[in-house]
Amino acid sequence: MTQPSDDQGPLPQARIDTIPLLILAGVVIVAFFLIGSASTWVTLTIAGVAMGLLIFIMASGLTLVFGLMDVMNFAHGLFIAIGAYVGVSTMKAFSSAAGSESFLENLGALAPTLLGAVVVAGLIGAFFERVIIRPVYGQHLKQILITTGGMIVAEQLIHVIWGPDLLPLPRPETLRGSFLVGDVAIEKFRLVAVVVGLSVFAAMMLVLNRTKIGLLIRAGVENKEMVEAMGYRVRRLFVWVFIVGSALAGLGGALWGMYQENVTVHIGAQMMVLIFIVIIIGGLGSVGGCFVGALLVGLVANYVGYLSPKVALGSNILLMMIVLFWRPQGLYPVNRQ
Amino acid sequence: MRAIDTLLSGDLPRSRLLALALGAILFALALAPFLFPGTRSLDVAAKVCIFIVLVASYDLLLGYTGIVSFAHTMFFGIGGYGIAIAMTRLDAGWSALAIGTAGALAVSLVLSLLVGLFSLRVKAIFFAMVTLAVASFFAILASQLSDLTGGEDGLTFKVPEFLRPGFRLLDEPVLGVVFGGKLITYYLVFTSALALFLGLLRAVNSPFGRVLLAIRENEFRAEALGYRTVVYRTLANCLSALVATLAGVLYALWLRYTGPNTTLDFAIMIDILLMVVIGGMGTMYGSILGTTLFIVAQNYLQDLMKMASGATRGIPLLPDLLHPDRWLLWLGVLFVVCVYYFPLGIVGRLRHGGARKG
Repeated sequence: MTQPSDDQGPLPQARIDTIPLLILAGVVIVAFFLIGSASTWVTLTIAGVAMGLLIFIMASGLTLVFGLMDVMNFAHGLFIAIGAYVGVSTMKAFSSAAGSESFLENLGALAPTLLGAVVVAGLIGAFFERVIIRPVYGQHLKQILITTGGMIVAEQLIHVIWGPDLLPLPRPETLRGSFLVGDVAIEKFRLVAVVVGLSVFAAMMLVLNRTKIGLLIRAGVENKEMVEAMGYRVRRLFVWVFIVGSALAGLGGALWGMYQENVTVHIGAQMMVLIFIVIIIGGLGSVGGCFVGALLVGLVANYVGYLSPKVALGSNILLMMIVLFWRPQGLYPVNRQ
Repeated sequence: MRAIDTLLSGDLPRSRLLALALGAILFALALAPFLFPGTRSLDVAAKVCIFIVLVASYDLLLGYTGIVSFAHTMFFGIGGYGIAIAMTRLDAGWSALAIGTAGALAVSLVLSLLVGLFSLRVKAIFFAMVTLAVASFFAILASQLSDLTGGEDGLTFKVPEFLRPGFRLLDEPVLGVVFGGKLITYYLVFTSALALFLGLLRAVNSPFGRVLLAIRENEFRAEALGYRTVVYRTLANCLSALVATLAGVLYALWLRYTGPNTTLDFAIMIDILLMVVIGGMGTMYGSILGTTLFIVAQNYLQDLMKMASGATRGIPLLPDLLHPDRWLLWLGVLFVVCVYYFPLGIVGRLRHGGARKG
């Protein structure tokens, strides 16, 4: 009687909460009227989306790692810094290809730069998980302390290897400057950031929603014990999520370094504050929330930076406060059992 | 003996070596102007006094209550900016000093209450993240409101006549030491720091302190026993913030300057964390040992490393690792080792060793 049959139609789907998306759209529309000039608005919106996507690339791993294993890695910024510094070295090695006028040859410099950042950050992430994080599973206080300590040591080691000075990280030749569409100026590199960011987001969504591994990760975030009871090793899964998260932070770091065109050792710590704000806004553990939160932070930072530069640097904190007053668990709260 | 017991609130060092080390540090700090003449060493001594208070107040949070805050430098900065702004806006006298201090304390109290009520209900991690964000916001605010705070340059201000370096109490130096404003300021800093430290020691050994320890060990059970843990945590957060503010006042008074780099810098927050953990979390005496070790290392380890770096020249990588600017690397390694293997830091080591012998 109660046996499920095939003709019961599709499985019941969780309804997607659209209010945060509407807010995002609302911010974009309100900004249009506040700014008043269409071309400025387009430029700012593209800049905001590019920045938001870069932040998303860096933050997504951290929020998943937290959701899956309840581990907060205060040294996440380290992988960003490593990505950026590896980017500097690789870009220097491929400087002839990067300086060429041909777009294809430029890609030949950009690809190894990003790949190098991803691989090195991922490898160091694997090492970091094994040596620093594994001994302190489940102990929050120690996690915060130990990862902060790891960050201090790693920052100093970066000093030892690359020196204390600000290093230039030039963009490849054909990616400098901007397009003019009508009277709208669009920086070329921002488009690269948008393309890479959207691809990462699409790939992540595909993996999370269409593969078995993704299913396990999502289930693990909601109820780790149950997934383990089914015979899956969440811890092994977690190691891979940690490595991929670190690698993505490395990718984001290399892109962010090129975005700013230079790299200092503080790049990681600076981004950390922004990333924390993003994942708090999004709801700790939620990838979708992280995406919306990152776009919101990127857009608001750019709009406010244009409208009233004095407030700009604090706009993210204000945004976080407002969101938390409305939804104390973030935009997309993760239900944990 | 009983007097000492009362003074230390019954929390004796409980280790001969520890008592010896503490006695030596107290002796050195009390007589610093006479023992180590010279501006640099007196600066180091004053900084040690002030940071002992700052680190001890942080230990109240981290070691006793089990809360990680990254906003401690914010309260330190509020103290510094409080008197700097009062001293530049009003007549540089004692009343301005009092107004500035009172104002700073009020601001700190309100802010710590807000931050506490806002985020102490939830997990330790969340509190750490929120305080990190709030502190960085405050640092930005201080550098942006340049009309009020002097921006990146900070504020240099005059102190009351009595405390100025030019002031002379005695015309002739005694034992080669000038009895002037500098000496008076040092002893003002020293006695205030001592009093604040003993006050904190009193607080952690009171029934209030026991509840904090209970919350750290098992929050659920503390709540079940009838203690409102949120209230206690918020109180601990406020108390710690107020003491940090006073430390900021002392530091500004000593430097006659307040700026982002001396108070609000994130590097100072990291330093405080290192000092607490290396000295020993949850042991007030740890703040004394940790701070002294750290600041002496900060000021004198570099000289040693310069020699080591020179001696190892020619070997690859090693001279870079021993470069004088890399002193923080080695303290960072020590920090990580401490968190793993010696959760009670130096003090825990000393006490443990002493207990086994006795």
